[in-house]
Amino acid sequence: MRSSLLPIEKGRQILQVENISLSFGGVNALTDVSFDILAGEVRAIIGPNGAGKTSMLNVINGFYHPQVGRVIHRGEARTGRKPHEAARRGIGRTFQNVALFKGLSTLDNIMAGRTLKMSRGFFWQCLRFGPALNEEIDHRRKVEEIIDFLEIEHIRKVPVGKLPYGLKKRVELGRALAQEPELLLLDEPMAGMNLEEKEDMSRFILDIRETFGTTIALIEHDMGVVMDLSDRVVVLEYGRKIADGTPDEVQNDQTVIDAYLGRSH
Amino acid sequence: MFYREVGQFKSTYAADMAIFPIRQDRIGIMAILAAAAVGVPLIANDFVLASIMIPGLIFTLAAIGLNILTGYAGQISLGTGAFMGVGAYAAFKLASAFPQVNVIVWILLSGVFSAGVGVVFGLPSLRIKGLYLAVTTLAAQFFLDWCFVRVGWLTDYSSSGAIEAARRSLFGVAISGPEATPLSRYFVVLGLVVFLTFIASNLVHGRIGRTWMMVRDMDIAAELMGVRLLPAKLLAFAVSSYFAGVAGAMMVFFWLGAAEPSAFSISLSFQVLFMVIIGGLGSMIGSYFGAAFIWALPVLIKFAPNLFGVEIQSATVEHANSMIVGALIIFFLIVEPHGLARLWAVAKQKLRVWPFPW
Repeated sequence: MRSSLLPIEKGRQILQVENISLSFGGVNALTDVSFDILAGEVRAIIGPNGAGKTSMLNVINGFYHPQVGRVIHRGEARTGRKPHEAARRGIGRTFQNVALFKGLSTLDNIMAGRTLKMSRGFFWQCLRFGPALNEEIDHRRKVEEIIDFLEIEHIRKVPVGKLPYGLKKRVELGRALAQEPELLLLDEPMAGMNLEEKEDMSRFILDIRETFGTTIALIEHDMGVVMDLSDRVVVLEYGRKIADGTPDEVQNDQTVIDAYLGRSH
Repeated sequence: MFYREVGQFKSTYAADMAIFPIRQDRIGIMAILAAAAVGVPLIANDFVLASIMIPGLIFTLAAIGLNILTGYAGQISLGTGAFMGVGAYAAFKLASAFPQVNVIVWILLSGVFSAGVGVVFGLPSLRIKGLYLAVTTLAAQFFLDWCFVRVGWLTDYSSSGAIEAARRSLFGVAISGPEATPLSRYFVVLGLVVFLTFIASNLVHGRIGRTWMMVRDMDIAAELMGVRLLPAKLLAFAVSSYFAGVAGAMMVFFWLGAAEPSAFSISLSFQVLFMVIIGGLGSMIGSYFGAAFIWALPVLIKFAPNLFGVEIQSATVEHANSMIVGALIIFFLIVEPHGLARLWAVAKQKLRVWPFPW
């Protein structure tokens, strides 16, 4: 659980990805990819469609297990790690195509993010009284802070299935925040949004880092957003890393320009 | 008009998170409880108690059990009848082995046995989902059916293969066996069902219920929130089978008095499944609606002609009954595929905002 983790000093490596190769049958999703994420930074992962960005996040999370290479999180190599273990070790995540619990309200979805923080056992849960109820109320207070933070008070009790896309993305961010993650993986948080929604989301991402000190790894296609938000960018193409550096360095890298715009023949 | 929450301000999270946050709902539930505990015994005759209220409440409990598994945790099961059977046989064996212990203790404990059996048959749920899981629970149904018929030890080697409710009493009043009056049995059933509904409702409104709904709605995201899927699903199987088992034991001891193995056949599983679907998946009150609709309505229709003094052949009534109930099921599923509970919720919402449409 998060509380048992000592905070990592800003600027030190929180996660290293070493020589990861991942294939599905004959398809190589990732080939020999290595990079690191430093505590406190916004790290962008970009690349054309099918470059293996989401696969990379799935490897970090433990949904996929690479054939070669290892992920070192907080100094421990964890290759066979399961997703729920990643959650316990402070890794939060949002999905490219919103993966909310559609039968639950906004409030319950964000409460769901606090599952791991709750400890009252079966007996108290049966009674929903005393300690179990107090625990729910304490966590409700935390959840309300997140709801305030993301400015979604008005949809608190609305079932998420009925929400428009932009708000769903925001609720999903709230759910990930409720886990109080140390490392937050955002998979295309701004896909399909209009300019205003993108600006809001960018503001929330920067605020999250500012307020909670969360390290953020971000996949995004909007280059303007990526270049503005991120401290360092890693570029993937066909499962290989083709560039890694500050936004300026990456922007002027010839291989990156070729990957995005095509080569002249 | 009367169902308004205007002026009911909630100033604490506890008040906002209450299971009945609106005052009228709290009054309503108290009124229903009072009617069930005082009104029904005063008005109803033995027939209504023994053929409508007692079985209706017992089926409600079974439906709550299946609703926890299917409605809240999203795992389809066709083994409810068999799990009810496990509870019934466990209660029978326990009550005959230890006659000095009160039968209510054994009935509440019998569910533990069906919970254990439910967990074993829930193991495939890690790998198998949806309709395929339903087929594996069918295996539970047939295997346990076979056990009830073939394993003589379960029935204490009775020659008929049936189990009988022993004569037992509570505070000197007979509550099971031939001497027990419908009224005393009704009170016991009502008490147990209300108590267990309270427990189930608490469970689904807390962390555990939320975990189940997370698994139901999006299992990969649930894993990411730190939920371990297998324990969460197995807990749902255990709790669900517990409720089914207790319902099965109550069926033998407080309703039928005796039961043959065929009482716990697949048709019972289907009956409970229909109650859950018609009543509303993932709703406590839906379980009550479903049981009332599938159990009590046919009984009422069957005896309605008699009440009005109309003479109709019983075979005709039987046929008409099937047709009416069948048509009503289709009607309700077309009007509201999410069951009677959703209709109820829509009606309440309309009342809240009346006379405005939204």
